[in-house]
Amino acid sequence: MEWMTTLDSPGKVFLLQGNEAIVRGALEAGIHFAAAYPGSPSSEILTMLGRIADKRGFYAEWSTNETCALEACMGASFAHARSLCIMKQNGLMTVGDALHTCGLSGVKGGLVLVVADDPSAHSSTNEFDSRNMAVSANIPMLEPSTIQDAKDMIPYAFELSEQLQQIVMIRTVTRINHGRSNVVLGELPKSLRPLKAIGEWDRFVGINWFHESQWEKMDQAGEIFEKSPFNTYEGPEKPALLIITSGTGRLYSREALDTLEEGMSVEVFRNHWFHSREALDTPEVRNKIGILSIGTSWPLPERLVLGHAKKAGKILVVEEVDPFLERGVAAILGKEKDFSVEILGKGKNGVLPRVFELDPDRVRNAIAKALGVDAKDEVPAPAPAAGVTARELTFCAGCPHRATFFIVKQALELTETQGVVMGDIGCYTLGAQRAGHYLISFLGCMGAGINAAEGLGQLNRFGFDQPVVAFSGDSTFFHSCLPGLVNARYHNANMLFVILDNSATAMTGFQPHPGIGRTAMGHPAEPVSIQKVVEAIGCPVTTADPYDVEGGIRLVYDLLKQPGLKVLIFQQPCVTAHIRTIEKTKIWVDPELCRGDACGCGRFCSRIWGCPANIWDDANKRAAIDEVVCAGCGVCVSLCPAGAIKMVEKEAV
Amino acid sequence: MSEKVIPDPLNIIICGVGGQGNIVASELLASALVEKGFRATVGETYGASQRGGSVMSHVRISKTLEYGVLIPQHKAHLIVGFEPMETLRIARDYANKETTTIFDPRPNYPLGVLIGEAAYPSLQEVEDELCDRCGFVWKIPATDLALSTGNFRAANIALMGALTALPQVPVEAADYDRVMAQRFPEKVLAQNQEVFVLGYEAMRELLEMNR
Ligand code: SF4
Ligand code: SF4
Repeated sequence: MEWMTTLDSPGKVFLLQGNEAIVRGALEAGIHFAAAYPGSPSSEILTMLGRIADKRGFYAEWSTNETCALEACMGASFAHARSLCIMKQNGLMTVGDALHTCGLSGVKGGLVLVVADDPSAHSSTNEFDSRNMAVSANIPMLEPSTIQDAKDMIPYAFELSEQLQQIVMIRTVTRINHGRSNVVLGELPKSLRPLKAIGEWDRFVGINWFHESQWEKMDQAGEIFEKSPFNTYEGPEKPALLIITSGTGRLYSREALDTLEEGMSVEVFRNHWFHSREALDTPEVRNKIGILSIGTSWPLPERLVLGHAKKAGKILVVEEVDPFLERGVAAILGKEKDFSVEILGKGKNGVLPRVFELDPDRVRNAIAKALGVDAKDEVPAPAPAAGVTARELTFCAGCPHRATFFIVKQALELTETQGVVMGDIGCYTLGAQRAGHYLISFLGCMGAGINAAEGLGQLNRFGFDQPVVAFSGDSTFFHSCLPGLVNARYHNANMLFVILDNSATAMTGFQPHPGIGRTAMGHPAEPVSIQKVVEAIGCPVTTADPYDVEGGIRLVYDLLKQPGLKVLIFQQPCVTAHIRTIEKTKIWVDPELCRGDACGCGRFCSRIWGCPANIWDDANKRAAIDEVVCAGCGVCVSLCPAGAIKMVEKEAV
Repeated sequence: MSEKVIPDPLNIIICGVGGQGNIVASELLASALVEKGFRATVGETYGASQRGGSVMSHVRISKTLEYGVLIPQHKAHLIVGFEPMETLRIARDYANKETTTIFDPRPNYPLGVLIGEAAYPSLQEVEDELCDRCGFVWKIPATDLALSTGNFRAANIALMGALTALPQVPVEAADYDRVMAQRFPEKVLAQNQEVFVLGYEAMRELLEMNR
């Protein structure tokens, strides 16, 4: 809700999403510049910043990829602009080189990098822990544990960045980005700080000469972090169990102390010291467990950690994804002479699982194990009775990708050879599943499809003659396929490159990209034509409408027969991005013409075509259209072999 | 307001299929609560599931404390289901014998069912198992109510109306009016208010009948 994030009323409390809180924090910090590439769970941040940028007098852009975004922020920082860069975990991997040089050069104006991790990979291909990158790039890193922290850490990080003259990374996780909670607003600056001219002898260079001074900045950060307000301790002076945690682990741990006790069995009730709700509130019980929440995760505040560890009976580390804090804590304690304490955490034999996100139950079980008590609920839930099936993801009703995958599948079948289809990242990744007839058999990171296809496309000298197809979306094309296309064209790989141009970065929420003609701030821009770029690289290129399924099959079949590199652009806007602005065409099944199972089509529309709006009416034993779901694209109308699906004919103009 | 003791935290799960307006509903509910001085948290699980997958939001309400955004298993006090099978899926993990569940009985068939490889459970089976797991189960034909006003996207609002009619939830229709007015343009607001009242009345009737 943009109006909440821009309100100039310090002290007011709103329900904000983590990403909104980050936007608010950016405004309170007085940023001049923001750049990002969309990626869940971070995408909402720049979408909102873009909408309010003009009003607040700063600049925001959806960059073509994350490296463009980070290096643009470095440039802005050179002129002393406060710059905010935002990306998801996978994006961070692509900016590794830029980040490492930025760490060496240091920054002028504050530069804060927000990286959103997606533990459990809710909307990612893979989960991993971005915090390791801060160690490698040797830069300070913070981790918010609440939505309020997410806001407060942004101005804090900018101050820190300018104090150290170093880029500062903030690592969030999905449950922070997409969580919502009460947030108390802070003050907004009256105006943005003026920039500074870049002098003749000012330098912003990331060379090894600065490696030692980079370390000195880390030493300084470590000292600052010893007293950071984002490191908190709640609990007794000498806890029997010390929980060291970061991010979401803090609130989960706190709640676990309550829920654990509720589930205690009678024996534990008798034998253990923290057995009843009342007992929990007695000082005696609170004397047993302490929670040290770390907001400044790198470099770790060593003295703070050591001080608490030395008073603890046992340590449990609770964190998302890798045992990052756990290793850090072990390294700190390992350097102490004549000191040892048991550290529990993640791993094969750990008390916390080493994959997937934390949740209150996992944390509760871990704490119970650490204490050696039974964490089970007394009342077992009844056994499942009704059949509940998985809800597989599929393309939206009317999605052009459904037609594209159908076309390519049919065309490959016509060639009577085993085609190989390389996927990429976007909604069309679903082509690896039933929604795309399991066509995709290779899937890597952004931009991997075309490169892998280029490799396969060179193997004809070994007699490899299977047709090779690589897919890319329009946003992915700009993001990371351009060098791959140049490579494939220069080495004339035998392959068909299919660009699914749906005029949107659909997967992450329809952000604009360079092909769209509109910027993040809503300003018009001259679009970059994919077709012209491909032509300029020197590739033969054809464009087609995927909704014309029959024509598409013929076209793809012909292209597959030709040797060398071919490029096909399927153009049809993402239906979901535009559904609210278009008048839906009415589609229906004529029950006289649909012959049901007697037809011999095998319920083509619902079983093979598989649009979620092509349903089967069990009562009448006929196909039907779910009018709520149908987008009115009309493709099923052209595919029904009995011609039973009808649409309102458009009047000839 | 009701004299009922409201548990702290009060845990509400709103679940359904991507695109049914789950997030809007949970955001409205939690904002209304924050405006009334409560501490609310919302955890949304949707991922890539806007493309037809399961979605759920956890809403937690407390007078004093901030809680983590996820509800522990079997600790939901209320479940609002936008789709029968999704309601059951969530109830299996989060319901207990005291949970109150409201759901829209209109199915949304997953791909596997459309293709004919998987079967969708009968409504009776879903209802029986829900009753087995929960304390109270109420059916509210939210999509039909919304469709009756010609506004098929507003089933979520109808269910929020129904939820508001329950004595356990410390919000009133007027609280929704306020937060909806902040979010929707006038025309949409009026449509939503109409649907909200239909949901509210439907729940009231059910409660009356079962007195
Ligand atoms: S017209 Fe047919 S294919 Fe298109 S959305 Fe409707 S049911 Fe699906
Ligand atoms: S969001 Fe657009 S591109 Fe993605 S599946 Fe839906 S219609 Fe297709």
